Amino acid sequence: MHLESMYQEIILDHYKHPHGRGLREPYDAEVHHVNPTCGDEVTLRVKLDGDRVVDVSYEGQGCSISQASESVLSDLVVGKPLEHGLAVEQAFLELMQSKGQGEADEDLLEDAVAFVGVSKYPARIKCALLGWMAFKDAAGRAVESKQAAEAVATRGGS
Amino acid sequence: MTATVPLDVEAVRKDFPILSRTVRDGHRLVYLDSGATSQKPRQVLDAEREFYERHNAAVHRGAHQLAEEATDLYESARARIGAFIGAPEGEIVFTKNATEALNLVAYSMSNAAFSAEPAAERFRLGPGDEVVVTEMEHHANLVPWQQLCLRTGATLRWFGLTDDGRLDLSDVDGVITERAKVVALVHQSNVLGTVNPLDAITARAHQVGALVVLDACQSVPHMPVRVADLGVDFLAFSGHKMLGPSGIGVLWGRRELLEAMPPFLTGGSMIEIVQLAESTFAAPPQRFEAGVPMTAQAVGLGAAVDYLSAVGMANVHAHEQQLTAYALDALSALPGVRVIGPPDTSARGGAVSFVVDGIHPHDVGQVLDDLGVEVRVGHHCAWPIVRRFGVPATTRATFYLYNGTEDVDALVAGVEHAKRFFGVS
Repeated sequence: MHLESMYQEIILDHYKHPHGRGLREPYDAEVHHVNPTCGDEVTLRVKLDGDRVVDVSYEGQGCSISQASESVLSDLVVGKPLEHGLAVEQAFLELMQSKGQGEADEDLLEDAVAFVGVSKYPARIKCALLGWMAFKDAAGRAVESKQAAEAVATRGGS
Repeated sequence: MTATVPLDVEAVRKDFPILSRTVRDGHRLVYLDSGATSQKPRQVLDAEREFYERHNAAVHRGAHQLAEEATDLYESARARIGAFIGAPEGEIVFTKNATEALNLVAYSMSNAAFSAEPAAERFRLGPGDEVVVTEMEHHANLVPWQQLCLRTGATLRWFGLTDDGRLDLSDVDGVITERAKVVALVHQSNVLGTVNPLDAITARAHQVGALVVLDACQSVPHMPVRVADLGVDFLAFSGHKMLGPSGIGVLWGRRELLEAMPPFLTGGSMIEIVQLAESTFAAPPQRFEAGVPMTAQAVGLGAAVDYLSAVGMANVHAHEQQLTAYALDALSALPGVRVIGPPDTSARGGAVSFVVDGIHPHDVGQVLDDLGVEVRVGHHCAWPIVRRFGVPATTRATFYLYNGTEDVDALVAGVEHAKRFFGVS
């Protein structure tokens, strides 16, 4: 049986009781990502306050893996510095690309280590990464829009 | 109706080496994804191997013995594949797959815009003209027509679907108007299993001078198809879905249309006379087969149609009808399981899509895979269909001549297991 290695209790818990789900105001950037092979999609918003991620809100449809992954993402990055969130994203990406051989950094990845079983199934890796790719994209856009706004403000004040 | 004889599934299965392997820790392989691609019998594999071991050469060029043998085998395959659908060999164009066959027609039509030949007139499209598709098309018979409309300025229109997965034909004359130049539709839906009635559509299309292009990927492998009975102008199918190799597909077209149609891909093999500044083209089917073709694959597909003909397509069809009825009954009996598509086998083939309340199809498919049951999950390259039925995706089982009721039983047991695993039973 491989099922239990993929669908660990933590994943099923997050799937059945997702954290942070729903789209909320205010936000600095919103992105819409799809998995074209299966049609799963997520709309995800990021709100920054300086260097901190103060909210990640999301909505979409997808399998248990993608839904649980988005819930875990919300737990791991909200209220933390953006730099930390992007470090978690990078570590999670590496775990997913590890073909089940990854040494997960439990301190950094927390509940996300439960997804190590998913990395043995190439067809499901995209499911686990869907929300994280959306987060990385949205965070980048949020930073860009803030920088652009600051540039305008700086020019305006000089 | 031809009398049919029951298939000896056990004997058939012995011809397919892959079916004797196990998957996922020793489970018997229950292959229910033939709608995506079929498995291959030893006879097809042997034909390909023998071609390479004994006869390999570039066809239609060279005068040596191997070139002669390779050309004979390639053209013999064309003749047998044509006979399989009741068409003369001169109307059979080999392509890479059905997707390329459909693109061939769409691109030839846009190339007609640049052709000075009066014969190309009937293939020309422009602003004000219309291309008609249906809401149940595979992306392969949808995206090329969307793109043709973008290139030419023509307008895309479509037939919608009824709630039980049939074409809504309540207003054929309103959808296929006097402005229609092409009507492209699927014979049997790869998601819903629906077999579309063609008479009303072909009659109206031809009344207004439109060409009818049929995607027969899911019909030619599974039922007797005679092109003369269909009333269509072009028909496309893929070899790999009918026991043949990948890399070979077929475009059938009425001879007079193939003769009038401008080429799509150009280069060697498809020419008549080449000057430095301009060229003339060979007669069809060579006009549409530029470059050294996929010869071993054509030979393999020839062996595949020989195999299917020996079994008998009426027998294959009857067998799949029984399996489909059995599966529809068993799945419908499960609480929380809903079949997307016609509920019985009337004008319906062996693609059975379903959703399980509370479990995403990806997760259903994962549980099934864990038990060795290989199905397709997702939108099946027909995204508008799942959107029409308000579901993100479906789980789909498709049957072929090597499947038996025990395969359906394994599917049903797997779905029940998934319900227990995710706590929705």
